[in-house]
Amino acid sequence: MADKNFTPDLSVKFAGKIYSPNPFWLASAPPTNCGEQVMRAFDAGWGGAVWKTLGDPIVNVSSRYSSVDWNGQRMMGLNNIELITDRPLDVNLREISEVKKRYPKQAVIASLMVESKREAWHKIVQQTEDAGADGLELNFGCPHGMSERGMGSAVGQVPEYTQMITEWVKEKARTPVLVKLTPNISDIRVVARAAKRGGADGLSAINTINSITGIDLDTFVPRPNVDGKSSHGGYCGPAVKPIALNLVQQVQGDAEASLPLSGIGGISDWRDATEFLLLGCSNVQVCTAVMHYGYRIVEDMADGLSNWMREKGFATIADFRGKSLQNVQEWKHLNLNYKIVARIHEEKCIGCELCYTACWDGAHQCIHLDRVGAKGGGHMTPAMREANSRQSIAMTPIPKLDHALAGNGNEPYATPLARIPRVDEDECVGCNLCSLVCPVEDCITMEQVETHLAAQSWEQRMGDASNPARKCD
Amino acid sequence: MSTAQKYEPNLELAARFPEIHPPFDQVSAVTEANRCLYCFDAPCMAACPTHIDVPRFIKKIAQGNLRGSALTILDANILGASCARVCPVDVLCEGACVFHRYNKQPIEIGRLQRHAMDAFWRDGAKLERKALAERPGRVACIGAGPASLSFAAEMRMQGFRVTVFERKPLPGGLNTYGVAEYKLRSSDSLREIELVRSLGVEFRFGEDVGSEVALSKLEQDYDFIFLGIGLGRMRELDVPGGKHAGVVDALQFIADYKTGGKLTVGRRVAVVGAGNTAIDAARAALRLGANEVRMLYRRDESSISAFLLEYEQAREEGVRFHWWTQPVEVVASKDSSRVEAIQCVRTEMDSRGELQMLRESRFAISCDMVIPAIGQLPLLEFLNGCRGVKVDGGRVIVDRATGQTSNPKYFAGGDCVNGGREVVDAVADGKRTALAVAKMLEKLHG
Repeated sequence: MADKNFTPDLSVKFAGKIYSPNPFWLASAPPTNCGEQVMRAFDAGWGGAVWKTLGDPIVNVSSRYSSVDWNGQRMMGLNNIELITDRPLDVNLREISEVKKRYPKQAVIASLMVESKREAWHKIVQQTEDAGADGLELNFGCPHGMSERGMGSAVGQVPEYTQMITEWVKEKARTPVLVKLTPNISDIRVVARAAKRGGADGLSAINTINSITGIDLDTFVPRPNVDGKSSHGGYCGPAVKPIALNLVQQVQGDAEASLPLSGIGGISDWRDATEFLLLGCSNVQVCTAVMHYGYRIVEDMADGLSNWMREKGFATIADFRGKSLQNVQEWKHLNLNYKIVARIHEEKCIGCELCYTACWDGAHQCIHLDRVGAKGGGHMTPAMREANSRQSIAMTPIPKLDHALAGNGNEPYATPLARIPRVDEDECVGCNLCSLVCPVEDCITMEQVETHLAAQSWEQRMGDASNPARKCD
Repeated sequence: MSTAQKYEPNLELAARFPEIHPPFDQVSAVTEANRCLYCFDAPCMAACPTHIDVPRFIKKIAQGNLRGSALTILDANILGASCARVCPVDVLCEGACVFHRYNKQPIEIGRLQRHAMDAFWRDGAKLERKALAERPGRVACIGAGPASLSFAAEMRMQGFRVTVFERKPLPGGLNTYGVAEYKLRSSDSLREIELVRSLGVEFRFGEDVGSEVALSKLEQDYDFIFLGIGLGRMRELDVPGGKHAGVVDALQFIADYKTGGKLTVGRRVAVVGAGNTAIDAARAALRLGANEVRMLYRRDESSISAFLLEYEQAREEGVRFHWWTQPVEVVASKDSSRVEAIQCVRTEMDSRGELQMLRESRFAISCDMVIPAIGQLPLLEFLNGCRGVKVDGGRVIVDRATGQTSNPKYFAGGDCVNGGREVVDAVADGKRTALAVAKMLEKLHG
């Protein structure tokens, strides 16, 4: 075992140039709207901040946000129609200078968005670098409002524009240039490659996803409501993490696109952050979780990551960065001869029967409730089972009236045997669904079954002309 | 159609008996509803005598379909509102919750059910009948307690004509007269019965149909007769002084404060017995202002018939329990104007497991009111005259699946059949019987 008594080093140097004491940056968004906020964020422990996008000041609408709640949890996903900064450029620049003076160790990145003119980009690059920004992030991702004016995702959706503007910026920039990618495109790699061709030093991904979060069923107006109308917005928060991870992997798995990458998308805690780092991100950016709970969440992000690194014996972020990339393959390379089946651990089962109904209605009808009673009980459909229960006669147990009805006390498990499902392992395809719906930790585990067959992928099977499976197509 | 006596809610009563299970607010109801796992073939549903589809109604609360939730409840149990308040849920639905096996608090099913039902009433309590057409066939119910109400509601739902005969001035049986007010207010019971009436059930109050003549008339006028007569009066405290005016049986005491406007109680009260009704009376006595409430029971706490939770709550509220204590005499003052004490002896279990009174251990407990709560007697005088309906041990014998008695014209359910259980058991009996009777009426009238 590795020595667990070291202090892991969380610091990172993005693109070899931008130092931050930990990999946790605030994304360009409301939490980085002004200097006072950014300084409080740094006091709380954030390693860097990407300033709310600078450009020609705009006018915002009211209201601006809407969210998706799930099963009583608030803000599983957040949507916004807010534009870039609405503060004068000189005020933002002055505050950037002041923050950098007071917090020299934390990274301050300026997010930029101006009209698609070379001089405009040159000018703002010069101004922000003069103010002391450690790097620049080109906002080619914002999907709402600004895109209607030819900026944001209107640039990021066209590889040629992305490359052209990146080139203009690089003509002038002295600090590293990151291009922020939009997910609202069919193949994110095409734009990432264009940014790389344009000379970008790094990428950040993903920006928000086009969304309509919901519609008020009384007024028929989608949210957020702006005087009886709405507009599509940018979706973020925990709901988008799986999409972001996939897009990050696509970029990092592509040699022509791959660059130092700042991972963004639904990161709420240290585990989310670690997953992005494992897919090759150099650092991560956070917004929604801070909008929900405040800057203080960074404490556990750093603490949790440190503890995990100590547990795993990783001294630096570089020790594990990208470690999972090799484990993402195309489907055709997966082993067809690998077999797992579900095992229900009876002593943990609480008898909710969610696995049973999930397998019957949503999977392969191989979980049965036939441990008690006549053989062939497995042929009863779920509807027949429920009908039986409804026809049973139940009474309130009253001890003095019910002396004869005491339980037999011979049940082997806490849950009545009749309610503990049984897996037909011959029929089980190892899909995982039952273990996903089971509310009890480790009650249903997926166990490997020895097939005595050598590993073989679809590609290998199709490439082998002697294989009878070939004849099927 | 004769109408129920007008019931005026008593403000002082309401102030003295705040509800013991406060309602959820909207947010906490949804939060609680979202904890529900939505078990398949859920144990809570099986444990409920009326088989309310608990996960379904809870899911509907979580999903903002409160009317659908209430209708899911009412479809199984027309008295879903009162059951939400009075059911001993810890031995029924909540007791069956799978979370007990997962170190988690069971879902608060009773309070969620109340949440849905409260919304139903806020929304105007509109309930449509399943069969809008009138169908040939008439049935009568004797007694307007939960069993009859449930039977009558289901018969009307299916389009048959129902008349409920009740000798008391108000309907609802124990729901109106006998359930502790802090659990179920009489006004809420009566509101719920208005829902049953709105389906077209005819009520006739103040009519005693127990005589041979009245019964044979009913048999001519109706195809079938449902006996929902409950149990009879409470057992008397059979000791010297037991008939003193300061000795009031628990059901009388409860009915007096709930519907009789009698909000007075002794300063020092001795309740005899340790069943749920005894506990209800003891806790009511505290609320009405008694300084001291003692419960006397001839065995110990392991033998009480009260539900554990009821017993624990009574203790927390300050009721004092005297185990192995058997009353032998109620002692009145010299001018016999008031009770002064109850004389008791100690009891013990002998080596053969039989309870023995220790005669020489006589001692007095001072009190100015005695409330016996030692069980209800069967309505034997009624049942014995009831047209060959077989009775065993004070209970009407029925076919469990249909509720039919030994006289095929008569059906029965509720306390007169089960010996005295819960509202929900009576509702289940009434509904099950109604479904069977409906089939028979279809056969009878084609």
